[in-house]
Amino acid sequence: MQVNEYKPLIVAFCCNWCSYAGADLAGNNRLAYPADVKIIRVPCSCRVNPMFILRAFQRGADGVIICGCHPGDCHYTSGNYFTRRRMTALFSMLDFLGIERERTRVEWVSAAEGAKFAATMNDFAEKVAALGENKRLEDLRCKK
Amino acid sequence: MQKIRRDQLIAKASELLENGTVSCVLGWGAGEFGYDVTPTVFKTTEDLKAGFVFNDFCGANFSKYLVAKTQKLEGKILVFLKPCDTYSFNQLLTEHRFDREKVYAVGIPCEGMADIAAVKAISGEGVSSINEDGDKIVVTTIYSDKPVIIDASKVLAERCINCKSKKHVAYDELLGDEGDVIESARFDEVARLEAMSADERFAFWQNELSKCIRCNACRDACPACTCEKCVFDNPKSGVENKAPANSFEEKMFHIIRAFHVAGRCTDCGECSRVCPQNIPLHLLNRKFIKDINEFYGEYQAGAEVGSRAPLVDYNIEDLEPGEVFDRRNENV
Amino acid sequence: MFKCSLDKIQSLFAEIAKEAKLYMPVDNADGTASYSEWSEGVQWSGALNTTKSPKDFFFPQTEDLMRFKTEGKNIEVVDIRSESEDFVIFGVRACDVKSFDVLDRVFLTEPRDSFYAMKRKHGIIVSTACTRPSETCFCGTFGINAAEPAGDVSAWKTEDSLYLQPNTEKGRALIERLSALLEECTDDAVNAQKENVAKIMDKLPLKDLSTDAFGGGKTMELFDDPAWDELSSSCLGCGTCTFICPTCQCYDIKDFNTGNGVIRYRCWDSCMYSEFTKMAHGNNRLTQKERFRQRFMHKLVYYPENNDGLFSCVGCGRCLAKCPISMNIVKVMKRIGGNKGE
Repeated sequence: MQVNEYKPLIVAFCCNWCSYAGADLAGNNRLAYPADVKIIRVPCSCRVNPMFILRAFQRGADGVIICGCHPGDCHYTSGNYFTRRRMTALFSMLDFLGIERERTRVEWVSAAEGAKFAATMNDFAEKVAALGENKRLEDLRCKK
Repeated sequence: MQKIRRDQLIAKASELLENGTVSCVLGWGAGEFGYDVTPTVFKTTEDLKAGFVFNDFCGANFSKYLVAKTQKLEGKILVFLKPCDTYSFNQLLTEHRFDREKVYAVGIPCEGMADIAAVKAISGEGVSSINEDGDKIVVTTIYSDKPVIIDASKVLAERCINCKSKKHVAYDELLGDEGDVIESARFDEVARLEAMSADERFAFWQNELSKCIRCNACRDACPACTCEKCVFDNPKSGVENKAPANSFEEKMFHIIRAFHVAGRCTDCGECSRVCPQNIPLHLLNRKFIKDINEFYGEYQAGAEVGSRAPLVDYNIEDLEPGEVFDRRNENV
Repeated sequence: MFKCSLDKIQSLFAEIAKEAKLYMPVDNADGTASYSEWSEGVQWSGALNTTKSPKDFFFPQTEDLMRFKTEGKNIEVVDIRSESEDFVIFGVRACDVKSFDVLDRVFLTEPRDSFYAMKRKHGIIVSTACTRPSETCFCGTFGINAAEPAGDVSAWKTEDSLYLQPNTEKGRALIERLSALLEECTDDAVNAQKENVAKIMDKLPLKDLSTDAFGGGKTMELFDDPAWDELSSSCLGCGTCTFICPTCQCYDIKDFNTGNGVIRYRCWDSCMYSEFTKMAHGNNRLTQKERFRQRFMHKLVYYPENNDGLFSCVGCGRCLAKCPISMNIVKVMKRIGGNKGE
């Protein structure tokens, strides 16, 4: 048994109308995804303020993923289109500052896509684990 | 040196004051040393004659002042706008930040403003006078009887070297000739950083941002930052702080500051001008502008009143966040 | 008076650094200077002023005061004070040395600030006389002689030598320790430099700036001066002037929740900020004019009133150089003090 295996902490912002239900479906179907994925339910992916993402990193997240409805399927018509532009700009800026680009991601997962949800989380957790701990956006005060 | 002269501006301002078009004038007030110019409101022709200056050090962008100066104002305020200031002027109008009816805008040409630090790097400290002579700046210091003569073009501020436009996009009246939007190399430095490795970029920004003393001058001078209550001043926001307590907070402040003005920033360069620590903050803003141009089509904030900023707009065919990096990898 | 040839200055620094951390102004790539720790090869900057003043050494911009650890329903208070090590700040200008007097009166009178006192006890200040003051300098206005700086050790740099004069017990001990590298000498060269600098000081544009209109007891006549409106009207409300000022000493105490405890820390605050001294009822200075006035009244009236006439400005000129809109204490003094114009 490996004792000190590094497990990344992942924060997943999930839209109430799709991905959050997708996560439920993944659970109902007994599809495994890492327990270190912490889901935060939001009313729409566009509720996610860039500050939320930075604060997640500050508080110890190693990766942050935002899951919303597929383009065109937004419960509020256009919320996820705004998410798309905002996060494109923000992630590009984080990359510009030298923060590893694999630590942030946006995925569109509908309520019917339990399998996709689990696969996305497994893949994301794996990529983040390969990077190791988040050092570039860490706040040393928050380390245990 | 500036083509438009102080006397012309005073004559225009006096004329408008005397014929009742405006009740006051927002202009540049003389300081102690010739280069320390303060934005000042003048009420009479006598005031103008006594304290108004216009020279190579009148860099401050007046547009943001209109938000405060037009409140409780009787009549109109006259404001002199350089081409870059007019973009901020339009952007503020787009966001309904001041009443257009209360402003009489006079566009003035600009040949680029000088950076006093660059001047002093040549002349040395102890400046006793600074004067313009043709395209030269003549500096005398207390250490020498001989004046130092400097090419004005050699001491331009960074934002003026990379000037994006000599065109006035808003005015009621224009003094001098209208210029054009110009091809500038303003994105070169951003591109140079983009070409670096992530580690190098991280080292670069870690070094620059660690200089931040969180004086907030970049925010307070920014004509796009006009929130009545900034999130960083609001104790309830959870991110309010008066000092960069560690390297995370430095990064957070500057990422969010730039993000909040992304798509609305006209690239006037005030943030870098006012930074006491010489952090190249305009590069963060330019990165957003460059990205927006590449991803969503060319967009110049403030070019016209009422245009929709790219980050509050969308297109069904927009690219996905991940595709940005895929695309770059293909280009490599 | 002792001297050390400039050829040997790196050996002198190495000797100092053997027993204490040594900090000095060092040139940055962008033409400014800032205090950095000396290590082999680091060159002492000849710059007149660092952008940030050396008050940081005694009163850092942020400083942890204590921690709280929580476990279940228990809260443990952790005292994080520790004995600091000796350190030497080299090359402090006369104005900045004087600023420590101003800060001492705030932090070392009862109730004494133990964090500040600790660092003050262990810090040794080696000052340096100015030879090329800038147009923004007006230390003379506050009775400071740029050519005769105070500090534990005063230093004068000439073409070929560094002259050192210990002034305090700490200073004498340092000089004693360095004696192998120093030789005793007359003060002729230093006197010549002082005379020279006095002539330069006479040419400074702000040499006639007067404090006559200010000082204790002037509160009522100056507070209501109508000129405050105009002077403050373009103030952006940023904190540049306060944060680069060597004598500004206001701070805020805040708690940071780390998720597994709390860090109580203090950080510089600025009277220019809208959240400054906010209380339960709200703010007591609602407009920028009031905040602006507070800063200058404090420096020129309130502080001297409480401190035997000592002004809490030392004329270093940093705010003159750095204010984004070039509004500064000199303009205020000329206007409010009645000597409008020249």
